[in-house]
Amino acid sequence: MMIFFWAFVIGGLICVIGQLMLDVFKLTPAHTLTILVVVGAVLDGFGLYEPLIDFAGAGATVPITSFGNNLVHGAMEEAQQHGLIGVVTGMFEVTSSGISAAIIFGVIGSLIFKPKG
Amino acid sequence: MANNKKKNLPPQAQEYQAFQKQREVKRPILINCIKAFLVGGTVCLIGQVITTFYIYFFNFTEQTAGNPTVATLIFITMLLTGFGIYDRIGQFAGAGTAVPVTGFGNAVISAAIEHRTEGYILGVGGSMFKVAGPVIVYGVFAAFVVAIIKTVLIQWGGL
Repeated sequence: MMIFFWAFVIGGLICVIGQLMLDVFKLTPAHTLTILVVVGAVLDGFGLYEPLIDFAGAGATVPITSFGNNLVHGAMEEAQQHGLIGVVTGMFEVTSSGISAAIIFGVIGSLIFKPKG
Repeated sequence: MANNKKKNLPPQAQEYQAFQKQREVKRPILINCIKAFLVGGTVCLIGQVITTFYIYFFNFTEQTAGNPTVATLIFITMLLTGFGIYDRIGQFAGAGTAVPVTGFGNAVISAAIEHRTEGYILGVGGSMFKVAGPVIVYGVFAAFVVAIIKTVLIQWGGL
């Protein structure tokens, strides 16, 4: 049961970091998200993101930082088998679901819904 | 950099900028952060419920359950975006709805819906990643750099 609590707290804290970047440093949402993704990738490079997922579950996998983590993960998995070329071929191995879901549901959404306002 | 820019401006413009800065509505940073914390936490809590569901009923492990969770959340985002509910939550929560993957999904889906009047190929297909594109581009590039460094260190550095 503790994982639900930590998912809420860690997920909330990552959103607060995003909010601070928006309000204090006056960045656009696109800049904020881009920085968070890069931070996620770097954290996984140091092997720090995996323990966070074990600890907070969806609190670490749902924020956009996990996108960077997954990209590095896919690349590293292939790299262990095929060397440097695996970095390129394995990049989207783990991340594919988020991007394909966004594309698929984006097209479906544009078929069903009409723009408002 | 901001100071450099200011020096090149005529004095009236500098005066105006000082005046404007004074009158600018202060952002309620603390309240915004609390809102972002509560809503963002709730989104992650829902994600955790979905993750637990996938672990128990579809035999995913804790590491792999993240993927179907993300897809499910983006599906829910599509419905909320389509019915115009997501924008209203987003106005209240700020980064609380932008930072979780639902924000990424919303950026893609709302762009797709908005641009459908321009046609399905150039409108929907071309504009879909207008907002979310940078996230993928720099995410991939950063991951590439990190993975290259790590691979080189492991293979030739004996890490």
